[in-house]
Formats: sequence, structure tokens, C-alpha cells
Amino acid sequence: MSENVYIIGAGIHPFGRTEERSGREQGVYAVRQALADAGLEWPDIETAYGGSAAAGSADIMVNELGLTSLPFTNVANGCATGGSALASAQQAIASGMYDLALAVGFDKHPRGAFNAKPAEYGLPEWYGQTGMMLTTQFFALKIQRYMQQHGISRKTLGLVAQKAFQNGAVTPHAWRRSEIDLETILNAPMINDPLTKYMFCAPAEGGVALILASEKKMKELGADGVKIANISVKTRPPNSFEVFQAGVSIEEGGKPTVLASQAAFEKAGIGPEDVHVAQLQDTESGAEIMHMAENGFCNDGEQEEWLANGWTARNGKLPVNTDGGCLACGEPVGASGLRQVYENVEQLRGRGGERQVAGPDGKGPKVGYSHVYGAPGLSAVAILER
Amino acid sequence: MSALTPIDPALWSADDQPHLMGGKLPSGEIVFPMPMGDAARDVEPYKLSRHGKLWSWTTQGFLPKEPYEGPGTGEGEGPPDFEPFLLGYVELPGEVIVESRIVGAKLEDLSLGLPVEFCIVPFNSQHTTYAFRPTGTAEGSDA
Repeated sequence: MSENVYIIGAGIHPFGRTEERSGREQGVYAVRQALADAGLEWPDIETAYGGSAAAGSADIMVNELGLTSLPFTNVANGCATGGSALASAQQAIASGMYDLALAVGFDKHPRGAFNAKPAEYGLPEWYGQTGMMLTTQFFALKIQRYMQQHGISRKTLGLVAQKAFQNGAVTPHAWRRSEIDLETILNAPMINDPLTKYMFCAPAEGGVALILASEKKMKELGADGVKIANISVKTRPPNSFEVFQAGVSIEEGGKPTVLASQAAFEKAGIGPEDVHVAQLQDTESGAEIMHMAENGFCNDGEQEEWLANGWTARNGKLPVNTDGGCLACGEPVGASGLRQVYENVEQLRGRGGERQVAGPDGKGPKVGYSHVYGAPGLSAVAILER
Repeated sequence: MSALTPIDPALWSADDQPHLMGGKLPSGEIVFPMPMGDAARDVEPYKLSRHGKLWSWTTQGFLPKEPYEGPGTGEGEGPPDFEPFLLGYVELPGEVIVESRIVGAKLEDLSLGLPVEFCIVPFNSQHTTYAFRPTGTAEGSDA
């Protein structure tokens, strides 16, 4: 029987652009904040997992944090870097080998869309040469078909972005801190139809650190912990439709998000109706809409009604992306998945400030759900319980 | 246009009525593009259908970064020389869904299931590329 694992410390370096700090320095900042939050010192940490996609190795952090000789594993797993670091730290404690572990993710990307090389993805050169290897096109192509099949309107895409900026405006760690009205969002320059400029997140910078503890250690410290009910990570099944595919199977395949979500709910012993606050991958507006259904919170097409009624707003029946998500925070790849978990930890501890959600009984949310999705087709779901 | 050469000589067949080249796996599954290197072992080159139905679509309205080599990337060229284009996925019934440029249509003409046919179009000052156009329109050439 494996041990229960709790998150007892959470730290974040504000997302966005920070000229004076490297990506790793933003990670160190987050680690120090998480340690202070947990009432711990760096030498207390017994093992660490962390990484970035474009800002170097995490284990170098010991230069700044202290040479305590702890095992520090670098994680390099693309968009799931943070999620994989968290899963590894959880496993380290669940196994009984350690009582205190760190999961950290950070990043710092150049401005503009991610630039991909065909050969690195096993694709022929013509795919890039002819202008078809853009991640933004994939998201547009996926939501365009979904909108046609399930009756989702352009206005609903805009409402998702409007909500994101409303939430970002009251979130200290968000990058975009100003509300943007629906008309401006819908009439902004088109990136790839139907998605306008304000419906896409941008590569950014930031760092997040979480400190995990065994139940015994949490009680010993008298720490304010949130239980990890389950973390499930899944890569793509056969015939799925993912980014950078010149050819797609005519057989409709499974989806990594559906697999990760179902596994997480099953192992946590709860269902979508039990979730009080959710952070869903919103690389662009359409992704949040599709992920509402893929994670089991509504049926395909019902998002039109959900958004029109504000059911995913902070005061709605299921608040989604309460800190503004990727749309308002930007996407530092290595830190993004951990930001979602950070936000749920804050919400479950009642530390959300202006963006705090009330929960079903007005006493705060008890169950938080987070979902990260990324290339080349993988998803990580984490369910936290108070 | 006769001086232009294909962006990749193996991408479509050299027939009078060219076909996009896919591969047939031992399982019978049809894939696109034809796999390369070791992955091509036991995969038979397969001429894909010239007719299909539109599966999804979008616009490309800004100049992509490298490795894009279309108009706007040549010597002395820049974003003002870029020519926006349409692209999408085309379902070739019983075979595979392929990503492609869409020509001979405006954004508002496109809809799910629209019948489209294969064609070859000029790409840049040196090369042609493949595209699909709504069936019966004149854009691009059959050969």
C-alpha cells in the first residue's frame, strides 16, 4: 500500500517577461517561496525533480540553493515536464523512500510562436518548406472541425478569452493583467481562422515550485497540506489527431486527454461532478472548449450553453482557469503544468484572494482538477483534495 | 511554370494525372506521407486517390518562420511579399486524411465534406507543390 502524498508548500515566480532574471533564477525564486510557505529550509528537502524546455537544467539550482548532496533529477518531457516532475516526486514519497520532495519547473522562451524543425519530428522537409508546420494551424484545424460538428460559435471562442483576461486581471502571478472586451477579441487580427490574436497564448517566462510530503511528515510539521488524490500521465493512443501530422488515420482514434482523465477519476474514486475548480489546458480558446468535454465535464456541444451562462466563470458552477490560464499567464513550457497545480493548491487552501472561488457550500473548494496537454500528444491530469 | 520542379520529387507520381504518394503498411493501412528510412521497410508505395472531401480548414495570413520557403522568403523579399493561403485536411475515402493547401476557393466557400480534387500549383520561383481545389474549379494544373 503506497503512502498518501500531500503538497505542503507552493511558490511561483510571476509569469510574463522578466528581463533581469534567467529562467533558472525564476525557478530558484519559486523554490525559496515554496520553502518559506512550508516552513522549511533547503537542507530539509530529500530529493528533487525539475526541468525546463528552453532554459537549461534544473539541477544547477543547487549552486544557488545550497550544496546539500541531495539527488536532483532533471526532467525533459516537453509540455509535460512539470507534470512529469510532479509525478516523479509523488512516486518518490508514495514508495516510502522519502518524506520530503521538490518538484520545480521553469522556462524562458524567445518572443513569437515556437519554431519547429521537420527532421526533429521525423517529418519530411517539404512539410516545413510549404508552410504547414505551425502549431497554431493545428489548433485552428482541430477547433474548426469541432465547431462545425458540434455547433460551437465564434462568440463562444471569444467568451473563453474574455473570461481568461477577467481572471488574469485579479491574479498577481498572471502576465496579462487587463480585461479585454469581447468585441476587441473577436475583431483582433486573425492568426489562423477562426482564432484571433487574443485567443492564443504566447510563449513566456516563469517558474513554479511545489514541496511534497508524506502524511507522517506533514503531521509532524503541522503543515497546511493538500492531498494528491491522483496524477495520471498518458501518451497518445493509436489513430489520434495531434500536432504536426501530415496524414491522419481515417479511423477515429482515442485521445490522450480522455485516457488521462478517465484514469485519474477512476483512481481518485470520484467523478467530474465532484470537482469544484478546474484548470484546463488553454493553449488557445478552442482548446479550453474541447478539453471541457474531453475531461468529462460536459458533452460535446454543450460548451455553447456553458459559456453563454458563465458556468466556467469564478462564480459559476465549475470555475475553469481561475488564474487566467495560459491565455493570461502565457506558456513557459516547463512551468505551465505546475502553475495549474499551484493555482489549485491556492484555491483549496482559500488563499486565492480576489480570485478565490466559493465552492459548493461557500466554504471554499474541496476538489481541484488540473489538466495539461502538449506535443506530440500527451496529457497529465492531477486531482487534489482538501 | 514548365521550369518549376516539384518541392520533393517523391511527393507525387510523375503520371499525366499525378497522384499524391502514400504508403501501404503490411496491415493494409494507408499512410501519408510515405515513411522514410528504416520506417519504410515493408511499406509499399501507394498512389492516393485524386478525389476527396474537406475534413477541416484554416487560413495562413502571416509569413511563417523558417523553414518556410514560399513567397516572402526569397532574396530581398519580406512580409509584404507573402501571399496568404488556405490549408486544410482532405479525407480520401477508405485511405487516409491528408494535410494540404487548398486553392481555387475563398474561406467563405469552404465547408465540411466539400468535394475537392488533387492538383499541382506553383509554390515559389523554383518549385511546385500539391494542393486540393473544389471539384470543377480551374486553379492549378492536373499535371
